[in-house]
Amino acid sequence: METLERLLLAHPFLAGIDPAFGRLLVGCTRNLRFAPGQYLFREGGPADEFYLIREGRVALELHAPARPPIIIAALGAGELVGASWLVPPYRWGFDAKATTNTRAFGLDATCLREKCDADHHLGYEMMRRLLPVMVRRMQAARQQMLDVYGHTSA
Amino acid sequence: MSAAIAPSPADPMLPAPWRVRAVRRETADVATLDLVPLEGDAPRFAPGQFNMLYAFGIGEVPVSVSGDPADPTRFVHTVRAVGAVSTAIVAAAPGSVLGLRGPFGSAWPVDAAEGHDLLIVAGGLGLAPLRPAIYQVLAGSERFGRIAVLYGGRGPAELLFRDELAAWGARADVTVAVTVDHSDPSWHGHVGVVPALIKKMDFDPSNTMALLCGPEVMLRFTATALRGAGVAADHIFLSMERNMKCAIGLCGHCQFGADFVCKDGPVLPYDRIAARLAVREI
Repeated sequence: METLERLLLAHPFLAGIDPAFGRLLVGCTRNLRFAPGQYLFREGGPADEFYLIREGRVALELHAPARPPIIIAALGAGELVGASWLVPPYRWGFDAKATTNTRAFGLDATCLREKCDADHHLGYEMMRRLLPVMVRRMQAARQQMLDVYGHTSA
Repeated sequence: MSAAIAPSPADPMLPAPWRVRAVRRETADVATLDLVPLEGDAPRFAPGQFNMLYAFGIGEVPVSVSGDPADPTRFVHTVRAVGAVSTAIVAAAPGSVLGLRGPFGSAWPVDAAEGHDLLIVAGGLGLAPLRPAIYQVLAGSERFGRIAVLYGGRGPAELLFRDELAAWGARADVTVAVTVDHSDPSWHGHVGVVPALIKKMDFDPSNTMALLCGPEVMLRFTATALRGAGVAADHIFLSMERNMKCAIGLCGHCQFGADFVCKDGPVLPYDRIAARLAVREI
C-alpha cells in the first residue's frame, strides 16, 4: 500500500497534494493495465471510476451510425480520463480506448465522492485540480470546432 | 531581430519567368512546386520570406518559400488550391512557366535563436514557411539548445511533409510532436490542438525562442500558451498573413496596424503585434 501511495502521489495530477489527502485517496485506488484496443469505458456506461494515466495512450472516441468513430482527443502519461463520475447521473459521455499498452490508476468514484462529501477540504482540493483540466479541454474543443486548418493559403 | 534580403530584380514589380521543374502532390489540394529561373540564377532567400507567384492571365498570389535556403538553384513553394490563382498554380504541370517576383519580406530570426532552446510550432499549411528554418536549424543543430518541432493539422490526411516529419523525428537532436484535430481510429498519434503540445515539451522558458506559423487563431492561442509557460513576448515570432498585393509596401492592402505585412513582415515579433491580434477589425 505504501508503494501504491507513493506512486499515486507522484502522478502529475496530484503533484504537491497534502499527504493526508493522499492517504485518503489511496484507499479508493487500484492499479490497472489496458491492452491496445481495450476500452476503459463505453458511452452510456456507469461512470464508477476515473483514471490517472501513468503510461500509454488513451483515445476518446465518439461514434455515429454508419460512420467510423472519431477520435476527439488522445491522452497520455500524466493526464486524467473522465469527469462524468462527478456529474449525476454518473454516465460516460464517450468511449475511452487504450491505443497502446496503458497503465493507469483507477479511482473508485463512489469511494471518492463519499470521501469528498465527508471532507470538504479534500473535495475542494480535487475540484481545484480538476477544474483547470476541464477548462483547458473545453477551450481546446472550441478551437477544434473552428476547423482553422481548412481554408488557409500560403 | 528579423532580417530581410532585398528582392533581386531592378524592378520589383516585374515578374520574371520561372519554369516548373517538378510537382509533388502533398495532399488532395496541396502541391509543392520546384521552380527554376529561365534566365540567370535563383536569388538568395532567407527562411520566412515569400515570393509573388503569377499564373499568367489569372493573377498573382504571395507564397512563402518552403525549400532549403542552402540550395541556390531553385525556389520551392507549397501551395493550397483555395482560389482561382492558387488553383491554377497547383495545377501547373512540369515544364510550364509561372511569373515570379521576390523574394520579399522579413525572415525567421534563426541566427538570433542560436544558444536558445527552440520551439518551432506550425499549424496546417504553416509548416511550409517554417520548413526552410527547420532545414537551416537542423544543418547546425549543435548551435542550439533543445529543438522541438510541433505540428498540428486538421486530420492525418491533411498533414504536410509526412516523410520528412518522420525523418526529423528519428533524429536525436530534435523532438517532433504531431497532433490532429480529430481522426478515425487508424491514427495512433496525438489528437488535440497544437498549444496543448507545449506543456509536454522540455524547454527552459527563460532561454527559449519560438517560431510560429499557421492560421491566426492558432497563432493567438499558441502565443498565449507560450506566454503562460514563461516565454518572453519578444522571443516569440509569428508569420502573419494578410492580403499582400504589391509586396513592397506601396499599395497598403496588407496593412496590419502600423505595419505592412509584406514589407515589415511577414515574420513579426509577438510583443509588437500582440495587442493588434486581439482587435478583430484590423
